Amino acid sequence: MDFGFSISRSSTVNLDSVALENFTKLQALEPDALKCISCGSCTATCPAGKFSGMSLRKVIHNLQRGREKEAVEMLQGCMLCGKCSMVCPRAINTRHLIMSIHKIYGEEAR
Amino acid sequence: MRERFLTGYNNFVLPFLIGMVFILTYCLVCLFRILHQLPHEDRKRFLLSLVNPKILLKNIRDIFCDCLLHLKIWKRNKLLGYMHSSIAFGWFMLIVIGHIEVFLYVPHRAKFLYYPIFFRYFVAETESTLRGGFFFFLMDFFLLVVLSGIFLAMLKRLRSRMFGMRRTTNQSLLDTIGLYSLWSIFPLRLLAEGFTAEISGGSFLTKSLNHVFTAFLGNHVNMLPTWWAYSIALGVFFCVLPFTRYMHIPSEMLLIPLRNAGLKIRNARKGLAKVQVYSCPSCGLCIDACPMSVMKTHAKDTTVYLNRQIRRGNEKRIEEISDKCLLCGKCTAICPVGVQGDALRVAQRAMRNSGMDSVWKTSGKIAGTPEPPQSQGKTLYFAGCMTALTPSILKSVETLFRASGNEYEILDRDGGICCGRPMMTAGRTEEAEGMIRRNTELILDSGADTLLVSCPICYRVFTENYNLPGVRVVHHSVWLKEMLDSGALEIAPDNQRYVWHDPCELGRGCGIYEQPREVLKAAGELVEAGMHHKESLCCGGSLGSLTLNFEKRRAMTQNALENITAENPDVIVTGCPLCLNTFGRFADRPVKDISEIAAALLKSDCK
Repeated sequence: MDFGFSISRSSTVNLDSVALENFTKLQALEPDALKCISCGSCTATCPAGKFSGMSLRKVIHNLQRGREKEAVEMLQGCMLCGKCSMVCPRAINTRHLIMSIHKIYGEEAR
Repeated sequence: MRERFLTGYNNFVLPFLIGMVFILTYCLVCLFRILHQLPHEDRKRFLLSLVNPKILLKNIRDIFCDCLLHLKIWKRNKLLGYMHSSIAFGWFMLIVIGHIEVFLYVPHRAKFLYYPIFFRYFVAETESTLRGGFFFFLMDFFLLVVLSGIFLAMLKRLRSRMFGMRRTTNQSLLDTIGLYSLWSIFPLRLLAEGFTAEISGGSFLTKSLNHVFTAFLGNHVNMLPTWWAYSIALGVFFCVLPFTRYMHIPSEMLLIPLRNAGLKIRNARKGLAKVQVYSCPSCGLCIDACPMSVMKTHAKDTTVYLNRQIRRGNEKRIEEISDKCLLCGKCTAICPVGVQGDALRVAQRAMRNSGMDSVWKTSGKIAGTPEPPQSQGKTLYFAGCMTALTPSILKSVETLFRASGNEYEILDRDGGICCGRPMMTAGRTEEAEGMIRRNTELILDSGADTLLVSCPICYRVFTENYNLPGVRVVHHSVWLKEMLDSGALEIAPDNQRYVWHDPCELGRGCGIYEQPREVLKAAGELVEAGMHHKESLCCGGSLGSLTLNFEKRRAMTQNALENITAENPDVIVTGCPLCLNTFGRFADRPVKDISEIAAALLKSDCK
């Protein structure tokens, strides 16, 4: 029956059922992937975030939770300008992280 | 002069002949392959340049100065320069004079390839004439020159520091074979000519040798084996040449005309890039020059090893070396043969598929990107991503704008589109072009006549890759100099000692060295860093490197800081927000942008 509205699907992520093979591969390629503390400095400075909704913090979150499609879509606006690597308090090599994500998940998406 | 043998032939010339025919065939095949690999318009451009008398003259001059005299190495280190030019020029003169002798005395033998090389064996002096004595003297003189060069080369293997080199290249096995055969050619020639000196004549070197060691050199039984050995050494050298670093000798003669024709690297493995890779003489000057070499583990990531790995086709190492580089361009700046280490690496990165779609590959406007500010007749200021992280630069530039009375608009006050250079150096050409296209539209739509940038990364891409008709692109250090010259801005000097750090992209990238120094001279006392101008060191923060992590960069930054503070300046001044940020983290004294210095010293009536 269509009421014109419905209850939205649960957005709960069951971490036990998430396949994280790709994330393990990513860690091997760029160990900095585990260093993120989700402070959001990268997102705050990101010039692409203004028009594409790009947020590296969210990308890493999504990957850790197996939501690869969302993460990959978000990265399409990245300009690789490197501002995030300058502000990261954990000194993550963000550009290499992003390019590694492209490499691993981009091929997956094909 | 008379010929000693009617046939004019002896079997000992065979090793030399085989080697010579092999290397000539090999080089010809390579030449045609390279020409075939060039894109059509590049090939046309190259062939046309060969009939242009001006370029042709430049080609000949460059080949003479670079391949034979090695003037660029002379400028670096006199002893190293002498070593290279004595071997190259001395050998060249031996060949030339050998040919002249053949043409003068036995012209009917001129068609034999080996005659000038083994002249003293086949032709004997019947009576000593002044002309004969002159040529014999020249031959002995240039043989001595080459021998002195070989001696220095041996010395360099033991004491490279005497030649101004801290580190040298590790030889590969084939290189070692090539090296030893090259070294043995000339002493063997001396010995062989020493044997024939009493029959064919000689000069101060060969004749005296014959007199001193009469017991050995007077014994004709040993004569033929020595000539055999000389010929074999030549043959071995020519046969291994294509597979060793000595391939740079023929390659460089092709590289110079290609470069003078104005060609650029388009493919990392084909055409010009291939010629550059084979032109690398493995001299290892880039090892000491590379800012990464401060850590010994990175010494094998320098351009000389990149070239070697490309020759070997070791894909894994090629990727590693290409991705690690800071793209500071210092190896390119100091390379005596003109191998473009940075362009090679960018081309290599561009060969990879990014593996992902990007909004920048599509055409059309992207929602949320900035609108062009109306700046008809005004100056448009493009702060760039990095300046957004160093707001002090933005503030100072605005102060200077107001003081100078220039009307200005800021293109990216609330964040704009990146200039595209970081994307381009990461090898994503297509995405970078998308960004360049959008920025070009923005700038042209704004109607500005001048584009001011305060980031050398942006400045370089704006001058190299953008097509902005009617818009003058200027870096803020140059703009400052012009404002000071025209009197629009006046600054009151203080008694601080300033040192100027040449940012890679501004100095080596765009050739801007003097204007910022002039500004600093007006602001106070200017001192120089240990290495400066085109030898300046990268701050370590470069976006060029994809894989270097923060800890490894720190060693480079500290090394660069030591270099920049060699004269103990009060303030480190730079013109790049990225350098400012990187130095600012570790420096023990203030690090300022040049605009901050000028804004702080503005005369009160300007403010």
